Amino acid sequence: MDILANLAIGFGVALSPYTLFLAICGCFLGTIIGALPGLGPSNGVAILIPITFTLGLDATSALVLMTSVYYGAMYGGRISSILLNIPGDEPALMTTLDGYPMAKQGRAGDALVLSGVASFVGAFLATIGLMLLAPSLARVAFLFGPAEYFALYLLAFCTLGGMASNNQAKAALAACIGLGIATIGVDSSSGLPRLTGGNLHLYDGIDFLVAIVGLFAIAEIFFFIESHGKGSSIGVKLDKVRIPWKDIMSTKWTMLRASGVGFIAGILPGAGASLGSFLAYMSEKSIAGDKGGFGTGVPKGVAAPEAGNNAAAGGALVPMLTLGVPGSGTTAVLLALLMTLNITPGPTLFTDRPEVVWGLIASLLIANVVLLLMNVPMVKIFVKVLMVPAWVLLPGVTMISFVGIYSLSGSYFDLLLMVGFGVLGYFLRKLDIPTVPVILGILLGGNMENALRRAMTLSDGDVTYLFSSPIAIGLWIAAVAGFIAPMFLRGLLKKPQAITD
Amino acid sequence: MAADRIFGLVALITAVAYLAAATQIQTNMFSGEFLPKLFPYMIGTIAAICSLFMVFKPDPDPDWPVAGTWVNMALAVVVLAVYAVMLTPLGFILPTIFAAGILSYQISPRLVPAALSGLGLSLGLFVLFKYALGLGNIVAYRVPTPAKLWDAISILIPFVGGH
Repeated sequence: MDILANLAIGFGVALSPYTLFLAICGCFLGTIIGALPGLGPSNGVAILIPITFTLGLDATSALVLMTSVYYGAMYGGRISSILLNIPGDEPALMTTLDGYPMAKQGRAGDALVLSGVASFVGAFLATIGLMLLAPSLARVAFLFGPAEYFALYLLAFCTLGGMASNNQAKAALAACIGLGIATIGVDSSSGLPRLTGGNLHLYDGIDFLVAIVGLFAIAEIFFFIESHGKGSSIGVKLDKVRIPWKDIMSTKWTMLRASGVGFIAGILPGAGASLGSFLAYMSEKSIAGDKGGFGTGVPKGVAAPEAGNNAAAGGALVPMLTLGVPGSGTTAVLLALLMTLNITPGPTLFTDRPEVVWGLIASLLIANVVLLLMNVPMVKIFVKVLMVPAWVLLPGVTMISFVGIYSLSGSYFDLLLMVGFGVLGYFLRKLDIPTVPVILGILLGGNMENALRRAMTLSDGDVTYLFSSPIAIGLWIAAVAGFIAPMFLRGLLKKPQAITD
Repeated sequence: MAADRIFGLVALITAVAYLAAATQIQTNMFSGEFLPKLFPYMIGTIAAICSLFMVFKPDPDPDWPVAGTWVNMALAVVVLAVYAVMLTPLGFILPTIFAAGILSYQISPRLVPAALSGLGLSLGLFVLFKYALGLGNIVAYRVPTPAKLWDAISILIPFVGGH
């Protein structure tokens, strides 16, 4: 049993008392980050990356800590979805549909515990799926040459753009903004500066962490200034929390089905967790039919999107680890973490550094169990966190972001750039231009261009080389379909509106 | 409608400027004549096409904030920018009290809680960073000379500072 042997390596790395301690800290911190309105998994992890980096943790410890934070934030996101009707990030939107009505019926505690269990089931099954699928996909990935990689990156941008926005042109523009930013800096082959405008600070290029923290965290403060922090107070009461065995048993098949749907959606590069929770919810809704009462606060409507969401988060790790192409905004941030730690995801990761991969997988399993144990009894503590008023929280988050980015290079220039990205992020979100393709563009732009250059060098400038292998052609077709199909399916894929008070 | 058109126009101008800059990319014998320019050309072209789409097929306008909120947000940008350049000469504590306090006041305009949260956040985060996380060199407290202060603030004035 190859997998068991590998898993033993992983647990050997991840199960020391010190890393276990980090995992518990990370889970606790992550749940709080996820629960706080205005701080989702993406920006929570983004803010913490530079600080972890400065703390000087080694790669394994940092990886354990941050994956715990990541999983914790996915768990915590449901708390604000259910109690405040505010999704912490986009995938959590589906949880508000039944979670908030259920909480308003006075079953907030049940909804929280049920969604915690559903999250556990989804994430656990997805991690097992990751273990089974990733090594074989990594073997396939060895067949990929530069032409295939270029098509694959294109596919990621196309499907992400297709799913993330209501307007294809806006999604493509967002990707171009990111890719354009990635081209700034010293050119890798000529050693000469490109598109820097003569500014010395830009010779190194623009650090993706600056962009991520700016677009996600700093932009948030403008939204809070606009809304004056309204809408972040708890409207429902949380009484005694006990374990609703009956609901858990009655939704077990829902959880399993939703996990499967979510995992498959998560594997698609670029589509990610939003699609997972959406498909999981909609398929359960159609199985239950009109009598199912979806949207009125039924347990199945809480369990399905949570299991789907967390399964998709695990599934999104498959393309991220094997191909280096993240499947969602949060995995993009996780990819940023790996790149900061000087770990390059891709097929060689599985053969060259098995301890990192299997350590990561083991820490995911550990984080999952810790989170389940932590979330059921301690849910009241996390709910207390929601009491922190926005006028303390947001300035605090901003200041932590500043210190984090300042610690990267100690330069005012990065800070000003971050503020600039914050302003850009505000306008992009106002105009319904997705910000995740921007991040993905900055992260992957260098690799995508290198793939293109290598393809052009190998073929001596022959463009048809890009379509020369069956894999490449398949990826191109999928990319075009992924970009165009949502235009026609928009009516079908229409997201249900969250209920308003 | 108008918002998308304006943004599309700005994006179009940026894309054209980017393309123009891409034609000026320096190359040498290691990189070849065309390869460093190829990818920027592709991105710039796609961005320009997308901008044209935004100009000619705009979506409905979002709800924009009222004039007073714009002033507030512009002020927040100024505060953040000044904070960014003041961190180096003044250290963490003093700039953070003001920046956090002002931002807090802008989210919820009550003077005393805002001042308290500025003070509390500054000292609390200082203790957290210095003693719990050991980042004392980053959040150190500094006494600047007037010359250094002027150097820092002049970064924000166009054509004067910034080097």
